[in-house]
Amino acid sequence: MSQQVGVIKRINGSLVVAEGLKGARTGDAVYIGELKLIGEVVRISGDLVALQCYEDTSGLRPGEPVFGTGAPLLAELGPGLIGEIFDGLERSEIELWKLAGPFIRRGVRVAPLRRDRKWRFEPRVKPGEEVEEGDVIGVVQESSVIEHRILVPVGFRGVIESIEEGSFTVDDVVAVLAAPSGEKIPLKLVQYWPVRIPRPYRERIPIDRPLITGQRVIDTFFPVAEGGTAAIPGGFGSGKTITLQQIAKWSDADVVIYVGCGERGNEMADILTHFPELEDPRTGKKLIERAIFIANVSNLPVAAREASVYMGVTMAEYFRDQGYDVAVIIDSTSRWAEALRDISGRLEEIPAEEGYPAYLSERIAELYERAGRVVVLGKDRRVGSVTIMGAVSPPGGDFSEPVTSTTMRFVGALWALDTELAYRRHFPAINWLRSFTRYVDVLEGFWARFDPQWKTYRERALAILEEASRLEEIARVIGEKALPNDQRLILLTAEIIREGFLVQSAYHKVDTFCPPEKQVKLLKIMINFHEIASELVKLGIPVDRIRSLRSVMELLRLKEKESLEEIDALYEHAKEDLMRLRAEYEAAGVARGP
Amino acid sequence: MSFLREKAGPIYRTVREVRGPLLVVEGVKGARYNELVEVKLADGTEIIGTVLDVSEDRAVVQVFGQTEGLSLDSAVRFTGDVMKIPLSDDLIGRIFSGSFRPLDGLPEPIGYERREIFVSVINPAAREPPSEFIQTGISVIDGMNSLVRGQKLPIFSEAGLPHNVMAAQIARQSTVLGPEEEFAVVFCAMGIKYEEYEYFRREFEKTGALDRAVMILNLANDPIIERIIAPRIALTIAEYLAFDLDMHVLAILTDMTGYCEALRSISIAREEVPARRGYPGYMYSDLASIYERTGKIKGKKGSITTMPILTMPGGDITHPIPDLTGYITEGQLILSRELHGRGIYPPVNPLPSLSRLMKDGVGPGRTRDDHIEVSNQLYMAYAEGIKARDLARIIGELSLSDREKRYLRFAEEFERKFINQGVYENRPIEKTLEIAWDLLAMLPEDELVRISEENIRRYHPRYRSA
Ligand SMILES: Nc1ncnc2c1ncn2[C@@H]1O[C@H](COP(=O)(O)OP(=O)(O)O)[C@@H](O)[C@H]1O
Ligand SMILES: [Mg+2]
Repeated sequence: MSQQVGVIKRINGSLVVAEGLKGARTGDAVYIGELKLIGEVVRISGDLVALQCYEDTSGLRPGEPVFGTGAPLLAELGPGLIGEIFDGLERSEIELWKLAGPFIRRGVRVAPLRRDRKWRFEPRVKPGEEVEEGDVIGVVQESSVIEHRILVPVGFRGVIESIEEGSFTVDDVVAVLAAPSGEKIPLKLVQYWPVRIPRPYRERIPIDRPLITGQRVIDTFFPVAEGGTAAIPGGFGSGKTITLQQIAKWSDADVVIYVGCGERGNEMADILTHFPELEDPRTGKKLIERAIFIANVSNLPVAAREASVYMGVTMAEYFRDQGYDVAVIIDSTSRWAEALRDISGRLEEIPAEEGYPAYLSERIAELYERAGRVVVLGKDRRVGSVTIMGAVSPPGGDFSEPVTSTTMRFVGALWALDTELAYRRHFPAINWLRSFTRYVDVLEGFWARFDPQWKTYRERALAILEEASRLEEIARVIGEKALPNDQRLILLTAEIIREGFLVQSAYHKVDTFCPPEKQVKLLKIMINFHEIASELVKLGIPVDRIRSLRSVMELLRLKEKESLEEIDALYEHAKEDLMRLRAEYEAAGVARGP
Repeated sequence: MSFLREKAGPIYRTVREVRGPLLVVEGVKGARYNELVEVKLADGTEIIGTVLDVSEDRAVVQVFGQTEGLSLDSAVRFTGDVMKIPLSDDLIGRIFSGSFRPLDGLPEPIGYERREIFVSVINPAAREPPSEFIQTGISVIDGMNSLVRGQKLPIFSEAGLPHNVMAAQIARQSTVLGPEEEFAVVFCAMGIKYEEYEYFRREFEKTGALDRAVMILNLANDPIIERIIAPRIALTIAEYLAFDLDMHVLAILTDMTGYCEALRSISIAREEVPARRGYPGYMYSDLASIYERTGKIKGKKGSITTMPILTMPGGDITHPIPDLTGYITEGQLILSRELHGRGIYPPVNPLPSLSRLMKDGVGPGRTRDDHIEVSNQLYMAYAEGIKARDLARIIGELSLSDREKRYLRFAEEFERKFINQGVYENRPIEKTLEIAWDLLAMLPEDELVRISEENIRRYHPRYRSA
């Protein structure tokens, strides 16, 4: 496509107004000024085009040229994404560092994928075979866990004319496709996709599997399904980032895409440093072998935050289309929404609440709509999924603010963080009364395999927790001592569930990840304890006696044990102590008898 | 002015509008976004500014000095370059105004190099995660909210609380366990009172830190808008000292509330749609562009550790200034009027306080194996104690259960013995942990659930003495 050239008329922060960009469409990528800063067309009115510049505009002046590309902002997709760290425009930050030093410089161009690296390509189709969009023509073993499937790009079909096995760079032609029109289409390892447009699939299918995160309060109480959506709102310091990092580390997704959107540089540095050391508890493989990072930190230009989220989701869809279950983690969607507000303000659009544009809720809905479990394109009907989980950072911790309240409407699971819990160092500080999930029913089948009673335990535990918080309100006024014994037992069991189940330190070497079978076991033990203890209380045994049993308080530490047998043994111990206590009382009762 | 050294450019006398700190200049040709301008007022005063919005023949200029004398007959010179300052090691020991005029009677600095002050972003891939424990000698910080090199940890305070005393104590006592290295203090005042500045100066002088300090001062009676550039000058110097001269820099920025007020007044002058309580929607990003200049870089020896101080308007932590700060910094130390009222110094309320980087700086091989667990246990026990105290206020102490009474007593002792300490008392970390254990020993052992059995056996006084 021929390049259009315009001229800068005005610069106001990240907003640049240009004239003479003939034929420009909104969403087109542009290069702005002599430095060729990356930008995008956001509005057209007459001969004037408003551009959002993704790099710092200092030093730019009216009269400098603007170059249209005639194409929207694209993601480059192909082998080499895994293990990389990009900025919001898909520039490798490692390469930027090598090229420009430790500080970000403007106008530096680096290709997303490495051009010099060769990949071993193994064809999966033969010359003469008919293929359509989404079909796998061959594979590249990108990392020890990811087989990168090279797909016939969307919109193409025909007959494979030639295909070669061997080592190729992403730009080499690996196959030639003869289209029905007779056109010969060279196929490479690399392909492109406009980030703002969802990639097509064949059909959506029902979700029925949880995304196991290894975090008990999530998996057991407020699970998210593969292909579902979740949001985690909370004031600063309540645990959004750590929870999402835990999911990035331990969830059973095939590919994890972590978008650091407008958050701390040191947090990204921390992930980048520690991730490569971590191993997947299921495969023993390095977790970095399945992860992609996008680090558009808070002091990078605001506008690029907006793009970074779509960049991440597009990469996720691309791996979904290969047949993988992909988890996208966005920390924080509020910073993305603020970027929308920023550009909207500069465009002088009429603001709705708190300065956000009126289309905020539309954008949030569209973003989460890109999650789903689908049959992807291609003849073999592969299934893949994209799960989207986003942090929300409400100003002043106020959940009624626009981004939080809107997000809550569109997500399938909500992990509501609670500053009070965080102050007590109850982590993850997910409030069990304010959180929700819409996935319990579809996921029951998964959990029933470990224990058919799972749903009952879960409901019972939630009921105890709920009852306990009601009783705590009363105890706050009259003191715990004044409550009857059966109610004090509820408080004790709730404490055991809270400390022994809900609290889960990200930094504990065993407890950082809790496999599903262990989650079920712990939950079952706690409910079972409550039943036994209730009978004791009915016999008139004071709760303080139960509490003073060391083995009962040991229930708080079962989570630290790795072996399920050991957990069983410890619980048996507690049960014996409870039985002994009961026998003691019964004997005393008999002695006192008539 | 050192900003303007060797600069020349076209002069315009076509100011068409004055709006607070903003000038609308017409007929301007070739002005650049964010470029440095010099404005000469009718009375001959020179102030500097930058271009905020530029069209083909019109520029909106924001000035950083006094706004009183601004008028339509001001002369505006466009320098064609962004704002830069000269850098050299001669800056150490010097004192400048918020717009970089010498206040110490010495000549204008000459640098080896001039660097722009506004835009500086460390590539996240090049960052070194902070991990070196800084011992401040203050128990509530070292024990429960440890500071590490390259961290940004603010103090959230209120008018009348001893945040300055505490910041000075930190600056005085901070040491990294291990070899002595070159350090410097960069002090940036934004709207604080002269006597507050004097206090810092005297404290720095006492310990010889003054010779290792660079001071950028915008005091209460200085132009408000200058506060926009003051912290950026300070951090540009800090970056030079840290990443060019390998020094460990402690940057103290006080008071960030003064900075945010300046930001708000510009936003109001620009008639922008505010986000919350009149503050602009971009305040998060703007503050991030300051705070995020803290850190360490792979392959470089130096570091910048930042301690911003802010007074929460009305003591309200949900106010946008503390709120957005907390969203950016790596934790916060929160001072409490209640503790102060009870004579506890430093009156840091540990419950809402946090050091996000603590886990990387303490523990096995860094401080002590039990450090994190002890800290978690203190949090939990103190929270229980506070709950009991609230309850006692309603039903009376006598009606508390034994357990509640125990936690109440714990909380009181904890405040008196652990949080409370002298302004000149410098506690080594071992001492801090020892006090912590003595307090935890007041509680039944099986309620120490945040501490591993192993560490209980190693450090609990009961086993220690045996
Ligand atoms: N699961 C967890 N285990 C242990 N500590 C946690 C956990 N979640 C949060 N924390 C603590 O809380 C602090 C703040 O958490 P973070 O996720 O950074 O909060 P946010 O992103 O909401 O501001 C962390 O530095 C850590 O000390
Ligand atoms: Mg966070």
